Amino acid sequence: MTVTPAAVIKDTSMLKQKEMIAGNYRKLETAVADGRKVAATFVPGNLNELIMCFDMLNNLPEINAIQNGLRKKTGGYIMEAEKRGHSEDVCTYVKADLGMIAKGNIGPDGQKLPDPDLLLLSYTGCFTFMKWFELLREHYKCETAMLHVPYQGDGRISKNMISYVVKQLREEVIPKLERVSGVKFDIDRLRENLARSARAEEDFVWVLESAKARPSPIDAYFGGVYYIGPIFTAFRGTEDATLYYQLLRAEIAERLAAGQGPVTPAGDMPAERYRLVVEGPPNWTSFRDFWKMFYEDGAVVVASTYTKVGGLYDQGFRHDPDHPLESLAEYCLGCYTNRNLPSRIDLIEQYMEEYQADGLLINSIKSCNSFSAGQLLVLREIERRTGKPSAFIESDLVDPRYFSPANIKNRLESYFQMVDQRRGGGKSVPARAA
Amino acid sequence: MSTTVTEIIARCQALFDDLNFTYAREWKAAVPGRIVVGYMPFYVPRELIHAAGGLPLGVLGGGEQLEVIQGDAYYQSYICRIPRSTIELGVTNRLDFVDAMLFPSICDVIRNLSGMWKIMFPKVKSRYFDVPQNFSDGVGGTFYIHELTELREMLAEASGHAVTDAAIRASIALYNENRALVREVYAFRARQPWKAPSAEVYLLMRAGMVLAVEEHSRMLREYLDAAAAADRPRRDNSRVVVTGAFCEQPPLNLIKSIELSGCYIVDDDFMLVNRWEQSDVSLDGDPVANLAEAYLHNSANTSAKYEPDLAQKGLYLVAAVKRTRAEGVIFASPSFCDPALLERPMLQRVLAAHDIPFIAFKYAENSGQMQPIREQAGTFADSIKLWSTP
Repeated sequence: MTVTPAAVIKDTSMLKQKEMIAGNYRKLETAVADGRKVAATFVPGNLNELIMCFDMLNNLPEINAIQNGLRKKTGGYIMEAEKRGHSEDVCTYVKADLGMIAKGNIGPDGQKLPDPDLLLLSYTGCFTFMKWFELLREHYKCETAMLHVPYQGDGRISKNMISYVVKQLREEVIPKLERVSGVKFDIDRLRENLARSARAEEDFVWVLESAKARPSPIDAYFGGVYYIGPIFTAFRGTEDATLYYQLLRAEIAERLAAGQGPVTPAGDMPAERYRLVVEGPPNWTSFRDFWKMFYEDGAVVVASTYTKVGGLYDQGFRHDPDHPLESLAEYCLGCYTNRNLPSRIDLIEQYMEEYQADGLLINSIKSCNSFSAGQLLVLREIERRTGKPSAFIESDLVDPRYFSPANIKNRLESYFQMVDQRRGGGKSVPARAA
Repeated sequence: MSTTVTEIIARCQALFDDLNFTYAREWKAAVPGRIVVGYMPFYVPRELIHAAGGLPLGVLGGGEQLEVIQGDAYYQSYICRIPRSTIELGVTNRLDFVDAMLFPSICDVIRNLSGMWKIMFPKVKSRYFDVPQNFSDGVGGTFYIHELTELREMLAEASGHAVTDAAIRASIALYNENRALVREVYAFRARQPWKAPSAEVYLLMRAGMVLAVEEHSRMLREYLDAAAAADRPRRDNSRVVVTGAFCEQPPLNLIKSIELSGCYIVDDDFMLVNRWEQSDVSLDGDPVANLAEAYLHNSANTSAKYEPDLAQKGLYLVAAVKRTRAEGVIFASPSFCDPALLERPMLQRVLAAHDIPFIAFKYAENSGQMQPIREQAGTFADSIKLWSTP
């Protein structure tokens, strides 16, 4: 018997975003014919507002890896990269990207991606970025601009750090963007882009904070990865992104007013049984299956750290048109994985309290040391500080070999039982809603 | 009476085996007010620690001797071993006399360990020590001078007295002398590797992680004299450079196994901090600016450092091969080491373009099984002799 999969429910904002992403890929595909220059760059610390000042297109290798992961293409790409001498131990985003390039550089939507004219290396919160771009530079032999963003080792941003990043922008990054694009830098154009970013950031934060309500109208992890899409990638600072977040906010406001829970691929979530904070990126190759393990049990993620890798807007940061370069520097310095471990733990603790979470779940990613190294201490500390149960599961970003559904499901079920017991003081809890 | 190689190496071996760091404890206890500052690979400006009246103590993990029990509870299986054995050293009070810990910007694991140390050992001053990846004087240089100044202030606070320019200059002079001797040992080994076996040179350099610099320099001088005088048989070994081992250290047996398999190690990157600055740091003018200048323009290459010029990528390894007349390169990297393993394919392509043969394997600091290493290195040595020699 053939089973027809249920149609996935999509909100208007999701459709809008889908069109935005598809539109960017279309522009990339025709970039050479259209005479557009292309910058490849990373999500954390990305300088989209600046890139836009030079009429350049933005191609993000991480996003290509994610999109390919969602389409289950990355397994083959990773094996291709490993065949070419890349270690099985290193980041699978890198290998998925290099494997894709080795196999013809066909993008997630099936069209050839253009060679970048500039590699804009924003070295923010992840050592691997530096090597990744050296590997890409070796392949493309194109111009590379390196923006070294110092790490917040003491949990603060110093004037020295801001000054260092601004100087690099002024003396290295902007001159290279000018040279490659042939467009002169106009700081007023940057200010306009930043003003649009700040408007979108307001709406984005409102959406994230809506999860403080009971029931939460959003899932701030599985849904959250869609919500961060425009603001973390090639659209921050565009009119499209501003409109997207207005649209999203209106949709969430409606759900909030109606007392509805999040939208899932299977439709509206019937009942909220568990409120979780999640630390770590999701697995992309089995994203839907992973999400289903949560919503089927009534588990809603009310706050997540992964949705802060491209900026901690909920902690008050806004791009500031009055201080454009300083603001970009502060943005880069403030991304989640650029914060030291004590700051990360403080943030998670804050989320646990503000979002009235039942517990913390860590999805530890095999190939992401930036996130993963130290997570077992994070777990201990959060349990100690909050008295709430934590759980630890392991998977990978885009390597399907490291997603074990049975193991993860088992752990999650045990964890939900533990939450029930802790919440009920050891008493039995009501059966879940049908 | 002159000291023999055996005596010198026996002392180094004892220092290497001592995971309670008795020498450093006694050094600190000998004079009130002394401080000990631990640091992890690959580089910190030891001159500043010395100028603060401190002993820089290289913390290079627990090696093969240390049984890691508690440290494993802090890390997933897919993270390298050095952070877990370092935590083991910490939680078992082996580092309880250390006043401050420095964590250089080598990778995300060591970076995150800096934050873990702050939480786990709140009484110890812990600092993530950032170095610039921009090498312009006015950009990266200015940033780095500021970082060095902050470190100087932290050390002054720890030691209870100001770290003066004069003291820094005096320390730079001592470390210049030490680095020159280290370079001399390496050059001696490259000339006559049968007279300076790699396990000996390794232990000699490891001693520099623990000993006061003045004492280490004395030891290096004595070794150079003793090794030159020693009569040792010359074998028909292949000459190799070992690279990729700049953080988590290989077991001593691995180094011995490479040599036993028929390879003379004529260069390596085991302890880069010993020869980070490649010539003397200037003693004129502002000593902190001089340290920054040396870092930007006169320091070793490693995969934790960005190479701004594609044309220069990996050429330092080719230069090392030529300088030491090596016949091949062994990539020996710790499992799960992002810097070494991400860098490796790029370096291998550079070597291939220069017709330099290479092999690669991984290890952990507690790897016990050396037979596969010996077979691989032995086959490599044979293949060099058979196919590469004109």
